[in-house]
Amino acid sequence: MSACVDQEALIRRIAEIIIFELKLENMTPEAFAPDLDLVDELGVDSMDMATVVLVLQDEYGVAIDEDDYPKLGSIRKIADYIRQNLENK
Amino acid sequence: MNTVSSLLDAAWHERYRKISALNIRSSIYDVTNRCNLRCKGCFFFSSNEHEAAIEETDPAKWRAFVRQEKERGVNLAILIGGEPTLQFDRIEAFYQVMPTFCATNGQIKVPRDRFPDMMVGISLWGNEEDEKVLRGRDTFAVSSKHYEGDPNAYYLYTITPKQVGRMEPVIRKISDVGLKVHLQLLTNDEQVDGFFWTDEKLRDVRVEMDAMLDAYPRTVISSKYYHEIITTGKMLGRPFGWNECPSVTEQLDDRKPQPKRLIRFVRWASDLRTVHRCCTSATRNCATCKDGAAHMSWVMVNKRAHLKSTRDLQNWIEVYEMFAKLYRFIPW
Repeated sequence: MSACVDQEALIRRIAEIIIFELKLENMTPEAFAPDLDLVDELGVDSMDMATVVLVLQDEYGVAIDEDDYPKLGSIRKIADYIRQNLENK
Repeated sequence: MNTVSSLLDAAWHERYRKISALNIRSSIYDVTNRCNLRCKGCFFFSSNEHEAAIEETDPAKWRAFVRQEKERGVNLAILIGGEPTLQFDRIEAFYQVMPTFCATNGQIKVPRDRFPDMMVGISLWGNEEDEKVLRGRDTFAVSSKHYEGDPNAYYLYTITPKQVGRMEPVIRKISDVGLKVHLQLLTNDEQVDGFFWTDEKLRDVRVEMDAMLDAYPRTVISSKYYHEIITTGKMLGRPFGWNECPSVTEQLDDRKPQPKRLIRFVRWASDLRTVHRCCTSATRNCATCKDGAAHMSWVMVNKRAHLKSTRDLQNWIEVYEMFAKLYRFIPW
């Protein structure tokens, strides 16, 4: 995975992963607001996050520590976290 | 798709935020294999779990174990047994490191100079008559003297089928000694004659539990949704059972698909190495298990399933708040 990952594409892909892994009904990647709070608004819990993180780690080759879950509060925050990790590689 | 703010007004949303931030990670510990009572229907003895492991007796090993548990991410120790108050040094190993809850039959008083704010849950199996049949004595007579007015203690009232229609005097006497009470149902593990649940009895007890909550709102720590779940064994149309239970020890959980579960949850035996299958007896039929904490946790881990309607999400919040109060994460 290149460090020069496109932010828009990354956000869309994360939205797809969350929708698929958490089986979110009536939600599309296009309608998924990047700044929507995953915990406060979608009710995502730490087990949900662990499910999503497993896929993200595989797909982007980054390690995501459980202690960092609070930093992953929205799709944009997840994208920023992944980008930062890739840049630091 | 429903979002939390689309379902809740500002006041409910604030309650939601407070509990969402808690991130409770509990595990259960058999502090000792011994007890000073032998109650009919106690899963620990009826399923021979008291013989599953030889107790670790070295206090230093207990302290080291608790540190490892904290590093593993546990932030709530639920101490059971046997009777934990037979081993205060082991309780202290937990209490000094993380939030600790101690289940007890109340016959030995937890010294408050040593454990000033540890939450204590005192077991009670009904009125004096039923207590004598099931436990050999009226434990309330002793436990109520030990804990009268204690703000960090409450009764865990295990309602038996024989208690249906007779709960109010029990709740009243708890209220009279200035304590709270949480309601749960007996799972008749030892097939004690006359203590079997029927559908009719379960319907009746639900109505009575609701009535007690209405009549004693400051004493009874409960919620009507919890009453529905525990008496029907169903949540949002799904039946409770092995495929749904959230309280299975993590390293023994090979269920596929993996249900929503308590992350990091383990029930440890008193040798600090052996693990039990779940929060209660491995010989119990999961389909008829009435374990209150397991049913509460079942609701709690299924948060997103409750984002269907405002009432569903409010029900979820009330159950989570109940759990958080019972384990001292939020005030009464």
